[in-house]
Amino acid sequence: MSLITKFLSTLLHRREAGIAVMIVLLALVVGAIQPRFLTLETLRIIALAIPLILIAAMGQMMVLVARHVDLSIGSILAFSSIIAGIMFRDLPDVPIIISIVAAIACGGALGFANGVIVTLFRLPSIIVTLGTLSLYRGLVFLVSGARQVDPQYIPRSLIEMSQTSPIFGIPWIVILAFVIALLTYFFLDHVRLGRQIYALGSNPVAAPLRGIKVVPLTILVFTMSGALAGLTGIIYASRFGYVNPGITGVGFEFTVIAAVVIGGVSINGGVGTVLGTVLGVILLGMVNVALPLLGVSAFWQDVIYGAVIVIALLIDKSVRDRSARALAAARSAA
Amino acid sequence: MADAPLIAARGISKQFAGVEVLSDVDLDLMAGEIHALLGENGAGKSTFAKILAGVHRPTRGTLALNGQPVEVNNPTTAQRLGITLIHQEPISFPDMSVAENLVLGRTDSALLGRVPWAEMEQGAKDLMTQLGVRIDVTKPMRGLSIADQQMVEIARALASDSRLIIMDEPTAPLTPKEVDTLFKIARRLRDEGRTIIFISHRLEEVQALCDRATIFRDGALVDTVDVVDVTDEDIIKLMIGRPLRELIHKTGSEIGEVALEVSGLSQPGMFKNISFSVRKGEIVGLAGLVGAGRTDVARAIFGVAPAQSGTINVNGAPVTIAEPSDAIDLGLAFVPEDRAVAGIFKTLSVEHNITATVPGKIAPRGFISRGIEKALTAQSVKQLRIRLASVRQPIGELSGGNQQKAILARWLHTDPQILILDEPTRGIDIGVKAEFYDMIGKLAADGRAILLISSELPELLALCDRILVMAEGELTADLLRADATQETIMHAAVPKTGNHAQESAA
Repeated sequence: MSLITKFLSTLLHRREAGIAVMIVLLALVVGAIQPRFLTLETLRIIALAIPLILIAAMGQMMVLVARHVDLSIGSILAFSSIIAGIMFRDLPDVPIIISIVAAIACGGALGFANGVIVTLFRLPSIIVTLGTLSLYRGLVFLVSGARQVDPQYIPRSLIEMSQTSPIFGIPWIVILAFVIALLTYFFLDHVRLGRQIYALGSNPVAAPLRGIKVVPLTILVFTMSGALAGLTGIIYASRFGYVNPGITGVGFEFTVIAAVVIGGVSINGGVGTVLGTVLGVILLGMVNVALPLLGVSAFWQDVIYGAVIVIALLIDKSVRDRSARALAAARSAA
Repeated sequence: MADAPLIAARGISKQFAGVEVLSDVDLDLMAGEIHALLGENGAGKSTFAKILAGVHRPTRGTLALNGQPVEVNNPTTAQRLGITLIHQEPISFPDMSVAENLVLGRTDSALLGRVPWAEMEQGAKDLMTQLGVRIDVTKPMRGLSIADQQMVEIARALASDSRLIIMDEPTAPLTPKEVDTLFKIARRLRDEGRTIIFISHRLEEVQALCDRATIFRDGALVDTVDVVDVTDEDIIKLMIGRPLRELIHKTGSEIGEVALEVSGLSQPGMFKNISFSVRKGEIVGLAGLVGAGRTDVARAIFGVAPAQSGTINVNGAPVTIAEPSDAIDLGLAFVPEDRAVAGIFKTLSVEHNITATVPGKIAPRGFISRGIEKALTAQSVKQLRIRLASVRQPIGELSGGNQQKAILARWLHTDPQILILDEPTRGIDIGVKAEFYDMIGKLAADGRAILLISSELPELLALCDRILVMAEGELTADLLRADATQETIMHAAVPKTGNHAQESAA
């Protein structure tokens, strides 16, 4: 086999290639119906839709790889966002960066709490984080007195993060999101601790037998997911310019989980790449922007997200079944 | 063999929840020997091996490695000391590459250190070359056969330069050819001066491979022998405390009318033209190689997958069995081969499992009576000597033999006149097997007709009045017990057409 055909076959067998093809197809189809989709302006809108999902998706991906799930990220996002907002409003003398760090730390703390409950009481994370999804949202209302933080209190410099660009017209928040994706890639693929997350999700029974410290590792994963959701809360304030206890981050977990699962991260743990997740986020971001352009009602968005999750799971399962069959066939032929 | 032992275990004891499962084991393992640990399930051999590997910690006792006392607190310590346990179904990380599986858990670099991908893959390739096996180390573990996964585990033992490699029933899931390869490698490792502990139920493998054998019974070390000095018979005697022959009693039972008669039973692709009869009080064996179609015939008779053509008579009258409930109504019972798949309701209590076939009995007025349920279960537990903590515990917690007894109990409550048993003693201890043989004999003595499918020839020869043999879906012999020997049965069981494909596919 020549190098080129070998390269092509690896490409075709990789999940990432499939998503990339879907992204191109979607762009062409939507562009054919609505030429406005293929303009620089649309590209900018899509690019701005990505950071919010991407940063939280990096955290969620690590949680899924570890064979857990974090449903509480929408509420963590809101909590961090409201803490930052209240600090901006009520403590105008505190430097902005302090408020931002405090908000991320709050996210990390809530994630830490998730991890502690899951590991200490050996409870399924899907149920624990379903509980904290509601619990943390309640905290948001309590600390804010159910009051929105209005746009005039959000610092100018923060809002400009979404509008100004250091290079090629790419906004700061987009660059930040991709830097985080790059760091996550490095951590998961080239650092021993990152590989242990894959090992944990691939076989939770074997992991402790190989000396992997399951409890701290699991807590770490949830803490990172929480901190990244917290950072997303800051980006949210930057993008939308207000924080509302009853709106901010509601349903956000579905968007993120959809993107991650589309990206080929297995809900059975142990499988998933940063590249796949990034492509999944881009695909979902495109769908987000394409729907209104095509005149599809916003009500349909939830339907489409839900359908997309289910379809991605079906694809995941059929890929796994097919590769299991192929392996069995190869084995009996040998 | 060196003079000083590699491992010296003294007074090793282990309690689980107050129950002593291992008591005062003294054992020396020499460098450069293959040492078998033998015993029934629960005899303590696996517990002892797991203590050596740091999976369990002993309640009492000491271990010395090359004369130095050591504490093996966990598997990581064990690995650092050069002790590796290889599980039957290797514990690996299926989504990760072979190379990565080899190094995972090594503690020679910092947690936040870089993963040396290239170096790691080269090291893995070298190990595979050293073992003489061809495994692509960049492929995920998931794609490997069990045999190759075991090889990876052995490679891992070599990577940490293990002096003691413990193989826990490694051959059970392997094909004969894979077993050969494993033995070849095991011998080579021994010749390099490493020690191998080999846990197996297959005595012929112990004879073929091992230098010495230690036999455990009821948590105690019974004896350590040189394998060349003993026969299988001797070993079995040590394992169960009495010779196998004494375990098998055939209660003389009176043979009566024909209870079950099948004629011309055919199912394309599975079996054809099967005709035989079983009389009341008679135990008829059904022998054959795996894939000969024995289970398919049983399933056809019981209505799980009815035959396309042929007739079934019960007590002399022709009957139609379209589904299992028809068979149950006619007084048939079928204890299937794979209890985990087709037999038990794993998460339900022993009680519910035992009474599952008789809803009418336990709920006479449509509501389940706890009293009747309890009474029926108590009766079974006593009659079949089922060992359990409580009748309300999930059946999945019982040992294999006791699960099998519970399944049998379930069918006995339907008071069957015709009992089909498919490999009833597979995977259960010799001691419990003896109880089963007893029970089967008694059931026949009570006038029941029994069709016994088994792959264990000694079992068939000891229990059955007649033995039928199947090969490639056809009945090839019908032997009276007096005429049946292992040779006559095997002669009839081996396919004559030279078409082995069907058999190996099963």
